[in-house]
Amino acid sequence: MAAIEVQGLEREFKGGVKAVQGIDLAVGEGEIYAFLGPNGAGKTTTVRMLTTLLRPTGGRALVAGHDVAKEAAAVRRQIGVALQEAALDPLMSGHELMRLQATLHGLPRAEGRRRADALVERVGLGYAKDRRVGTYSGGMRRRLDLGMALVHEPRVLFLDEPTTGLDPSSRAAIWDEVRRLNDEGTTVFLTTQYLEEADQLADRVGIIDDGRMAIEGTPAALKAQVGQPHLDVCLTDGANDHAEGVLARFGEVRPGIEGVHFQVTLAGGAGDIAPVVRALDEAGLAVAQLNLVNPTLDDVFLAETGRHLEGDQDTGEVAALSVESG
Amino acid sequence: MRAELRAIGALGLRSIRNTFRYPRYLGPILVFPTLFLAVNTGGAGGAIDLPGFPEVHGFLDFQLAAGILQASLLAAVMGGTGLALDIELGFTDRLLAAPIRRPTIVLGRLAATFVLGMFAAVWFLAIGFAFGAIVKGGVLGVIFVILFGGLTATAFGGIASAIALKSGTASVVQGMFPLVFVILFVSSAFFPAELMQEPSQTIAHYNPVSLVAAGIRGPVVFGLSASDTLDGLLGLAIIGGLGFVLSAWGLRARLRAS
Repeated sequence: MAAIEVQGLEREFKGGVKAVQGIDLAVGEGEIYAFLGPNGAGKTTTVRMLTTLLRPTGGRALVAGHDVAKEAAAVRRQIGVALQEAALDPLMSGHELMRLQATLHGLPRAEGRRRADALVERVGLGYAKDRRVGTYSGGMRRRLDLGMALVHEPRVLFLDEPTTGLDPSSRAAIWDEVRRLNDEGTTVFLTTQYLEEADQLADRVGIIDDGRMAIEGTPAALKAQVGQPHLDVCLTDGANDHAEGVLARFGEVRPGIEGVHFQVTLAGGAGDIAPVVRALDEAGLAVAQLNLVNPTLDDVFLAETGRHLEGDQDTGEVAALSVESG
Repeated sequence: MRAELRAIGALGLRSIRNTFRYPRYLGPILVFPTLFLAVNTGGAGGAIDLPGFPEVHGFLDFQLAAGILQASLLAAVMGGTGLALDIELGFTDRLLAAPIRRPTIVLGRLAATFVLGMFAAVWFLAIGFAFGAIVKGGVLGVIFVILFGGLTATAFGGIASAIALKSGTASVVQGMFPLVFVILFVSSAFFPAELMQEPSQTIAHYNPVSLVAAGIRGPVVFGLSASDTLDGLLGLAIIGGLGFVLSAWGLRARLRAS
């Protein structure tokens, strides 16, 4: 049985604004599914419907086997939710909030205290559990929010942009925890604007645009659909007379600015890098910089919609290769 | 049912704790009415000699009901403000995503308002005793006054919650603040209605707050009586009923809007 099953899900707001326009998707038990899209694409509206916070105006959604519209209470018992803005009471301590969450989920007092103790440690907040949340950093708040979502051991965990605005180390800590949870069998439905996040964490990715599902699949399969990696070649000044001809042996060449930059699609993939370097050397062409660029989920989005994802408009994933000579 | 009661208790405890942790919440409930009581008692104490003023032990005894009412109404406004802040902060979404009934969220807040109303009554009784007031109804009278303080705060809390739920904005709820004084001034909270000029006298006559004032004042200045208690309960039923209907409507509106 799928952990999440959505058919033709729609949400229309007052004034006729259609935020979600007939989404279909299925998330298997134990899967990490990333829901990717630009701001305003309908990600949060979809999550709010799946977590029973918003009633769908069309279609049907089952979460943990229960209908979100007709069996909302049963859905709430099975899910954990960490919403976009870690909505935490700044006057309460982390431990108090955990215990409150346990009570709201009907855990007996002793069990709630035990779970709260264990979870504050698990999310690395044991040292700050008695401090007011108002004194926590953004990363600490996110980790607490994640811990609170786990207090009743949910089957399905919804994370709405869990790392937005976090520094790289806090982001990595959240990713580690999500992976750990998933290893323990929790199904994770994650929305994000970050391509890297989806790429790193997700078993499958769904890309939403303007309330509609643009494309869905594994990150590798989606990226393979948009083509091969390419090489950005930057030559030293005045050494470019016959560069285009040399590079054309390896794939399609697009000349760049000032006659010293070239972009060549590698028909043979990353394995062509060494032959390209050798050919340029043999032709007496001095290389200033060389970058291998792999297709990204942004390229997938670009190919599907003709637009870049907001906030991630770089041209691709640059491999750890940067050759300078001269 | 037991789980819902535990949730109401936990949410109520949270609200009470936050009120005491944040002076901005507690200040208006205690400081303004206390200052008002001091100024009013000191400056208008001669009012008890006016013809038609009921025979009382002292003007402070008479004014205790006004202080308790004022503090209870302000506790209600602060409860509504807290609920609106939860909505603004997104904390209400967290509660809505939990497997509890929707009214539990409002009832938790009202439970805290009830406790704060009782606390306000205890505060003013303590001030009264410290400055020589007596409660003619004895220990039972004290218990009645404290309970009335809690129930008054809860009844008005329903109205404040409705405004919080409908608007979702703390500043709108805080806009009720001046209204509290208007409602009290056109009731018999501060002065006997018989001594007011028209149209205030007529308004005070029909104002349910006057009935509640009688319910709180009676045990202090006259002793326990069925008629004052029933007046008080009738006033609370009118205000509480209005609060219940409005907050149910506000909750529906909030759930539709979220």
